Formats: sequence, structure tokens, C-alpha cells
Amino acid sequence: MTAGGRWVFDRVTVEDVSRHFGRRRAVSRVTFQASQGQILGLLGPNGAGKSTLLSLLATLLRPTSGAIRYGTLDLRHAEGALRAHIGVLGHDLFLYPELTARENLAFFAALYGLRDANAAARAALDRAGLGDRADDIVSSFSRGMRQRVALERALIHQPRLVLLDEPFTGLDDASTVALVKRLRGLREEGAIVVLATHDLDLAEGLLDAAVFLRDGRMVHSATQPAALRSTYRTVMTKGQA
Amino acid sequence: MRLAWLILRKDLTVEVRSGEIAYTTLFFAVACVLIFAFALVREGKPPEDGAAGILWIAVMLAGNLALGRAFERERQAETLRALLLAPAPRPAVYLGKLLGIVVLLAAAEVLLVPLVALLFQARLLAHPIWLTAILAAGTTGFAAVGTLFAAMLVRARSRDVLLPVLLYPITVPVIIAGVRGTAALLQPELEVDIVRFWLALLIAFDAVFVTLSLWTFEAVMTD
Repeated sequence: MTAGGRWVFDRVTVEDVSRHFGRRRAVSRVTFQASQGQILGLLGPNGAGKSTLLSLLATLLRPTSGAIRYGTLDLRHAEGALRAHIGVLGHDLFLYPELTARENLAFFAALYGLRDANAAARAALDRAGLGDRADDIVSSFSRGMRQRVALERALIHQPRLVLLDEPFTGLDDASTVALVKRLRGLREEGAIVVLATHDLDLAEGLLDAAVFLRDGRMVHSATQPAALRSTYRTVMTKGQA
Repeated sequence: MRLAWLILRKDLTVEVRSGEIAYTTLFFAVACVLIFAFALVREGKPPEDGAAGILWIAVMLAGNLALGRAFERERQAETLRALLLAPAPRPAVYLGKLLGIVVLLAAAEVLLVPLVALLFQARLLAHPIWLTAILAAGTTGFAAVGTLFAAMLVRARSRDVLLPVLLYPITVPVIIAGVRGTAALLQPELEVDIVRFWLALLIAFDAVFVTLSLWTFEAVMTD
């Protein structure tokens, strides 16, 4: 895991992690691992704890108990440095609607310490296919276009760990196909991708591993998951009277 | 400091484009001064030493408005989370937002000082360096506490009510020192020792609350 004492971020390990908000247990004793070149899906109904888990992985929340390891590094150490290797696409897009697409991306590139923020923003806009709309303010974009800008914002610093919360919500077919292609590209580049989604049809064939959550608990996990919909139905109804 | 500077620049760009906070803050502050002028100036005679109090009331009320909106903007698109995800110490986010509020309030003061001086026939501009120092120190202290509270309350449902309820009692020393320091500048004979005393009090308040806020911001925003 370490090469010559250097930190190698090749997996993220969630070990017996719980997160409570007062008396409410949002996440309870969840354990899983995602490795580089893998897309792991967090599947479950609303309130299952998927977004909380993503916030924990993103370092926005701290676990009440348990540990999260990034390669060999523990969350408690070098949190700031760790965040340089994490990219997050939330359900909200984390974009300033008053700024142009270029300004948004250049701001976030600078925030992540990229040397030439403007060049990085230009390249990101080209990847998003929005080079011709670079100087339009984001509030004038459609949901799909904003989602493309937001995805490039999350990836502008080439993170090792990519966290996506319901990335397919509100996308048309063309944007969905483009996003799936981009996620597969990230897998080939060796990123660790963790995504929370409701869309089992899209998840089918995209995921290399799946973690099924219900009421904050992990009820099932699978590698190379197939027949997601029937597995989902089975594990979600199991134990429910 | 780099991150704080980036956030300040971004906030100012957004503000120049939308004008949302600047216009509402300035309009509110000017309206506040005009109402006091209509109420208190009788036959062209303003109340003695009233100008200092009215200037600071306008700054504080306008500041409360600006503080609420500054974080509301970050909450609406959840961009505050994006800032907290940056690979830099989180207190830098606090510092950036604080600088933005101070710049906005400074802009309001540039308009308010001559307006209050004119309407209340006050010698506010007689000692510009001392006045700038008192206003800068007072504004920084008020904004230091306000920025921390506004960030803490960003997810609270009744944040608009809670912010002034929490903010004003804690910033009472700033208000008193600001008003007394400014009032001392309005006297025919400037008593430097008195002005210096109130300024020192404001600087001490700033040092304590900026340090405390930088120290607690990480914990406040993480959980």
C-alpha cells in the first residue's frame, strides 16, 4: 500500500462506520471497500443513509464510530491534504448561478491549487462540450448542461476518489449516455468511483460492486452485481414484516 | 490567505453582477438614517452627540442584513459544501467570508458617514484617520462575530431570527466602544486619550473574536 513510505491512495475502506444525529442513526455499522478502477454503487431507498455515507467519505462529516481509510491514511490525519484527492458531485450542483461556466470552473481550479486555473477551466469546458457557452452565466443553462459543468467541477483536480450523489437525476438521454461514458473513462483511468443512485437500470452494467442500504444499515453487498432490480427487491423486503 | 483571497474575489464578482446584498444593505442603511433624521432633527437642530449612535445603528442593522444574505447565497446552491471540500484549512473559508462582509460594510460606511454628517450637522470628517480606524476596528469586530454565527446558523430553519438574537448581545462592547469613540471625535476639542482608549478596546475585541472564530470554525462546520 505504501511505496517507499509514500502514501498510495488505491482504495477507500469503510470500517464499521456509524453516524448518529442526536438519537437518529443515519448510518449504522457499515463496512465496505472500493478499489481503484472500480465503480461502487450505494443503493437504497430515500433515507437509507446513502448521502450521509457520501458526506462521511467526502470528509464533510466525521463518523460517530468506526474508521474510514484512504489507502493507508486515516481520516483523522491530513484531512486537508486528503481533500485534494476527492471530487464530489452532490445532488445540488455546487455552482454559483451568477458566475459564468468559465468563472465557476476557474474558481474551483484555483481553489484546488491548480497552477493555470484558466487553462484547466478551458479544458474542462471542452470535455463537457460547452466550450461555446463558456462565458454564459450558469443560471441560463439547462439542468443537463449544469450537470455537465458540475461534473467537470468535481473532476477538475483529477481526484483519486470520485463521489457522486444521484448523478443521473434530471438528465435527458444524451446527457445520461455522456455521463455513463465519462464514468467508464474514470474507471479506466484508475479512479475510485462511489455513486449513490436510485436508477437501477443505469446502475446495471455500470457498477463493479454494489452496497445495499436500508435504514442506515448495510443489508447486502455484491461484486460484479447482476440482476440488480430483483436483488434490490429481495434484500429490501427481507426482514420487513 | 490564498483561499481567503479567492473567496473574497468570487464574492465581490458575484456581488458586482447581482448587486443583491450591496443594494439591499445600502438602501436599508440610508433609509434607517433618513428615518432617524426625520424623527430627531427638530427645526434644523439635531440632538447632541446623536450622530455617532445613529451611524453605528445603521451600520449594525445593515451588517445583520448582509451577514444573513452572504451565507444564504452559499446555502442555496450548497456551494458552502464545495468550499469546505477545498484542500485548505477551513478557517480560510471563514476569513474569506469575513473579508467580503467587511468590504461590503466599508462601502456602506463610505456612503453613510457623509450622509450622517450632513443630516445631523456632525463633524464626522474632522478627524478622518481616527474615524477610519474606529470604523474599521468596529466593523471587523462586528463582522467577525457575525460571520461565525451566520455560518453556524446556515442550516437552522429560523436563522433570520436567531442571527440578531445571538449577534447583538455579544457585540454590545463593539457598539458601545464604536459609539463612544465616534462621539469623542465629534467634540470641539479632540481628546486623543479617550479615542485611543475606545480604539484599543475595539482592537482587543477584534483580536479575541477573530482568533476564537478561526479556532472554532473547523469544528462548527464539520459537524
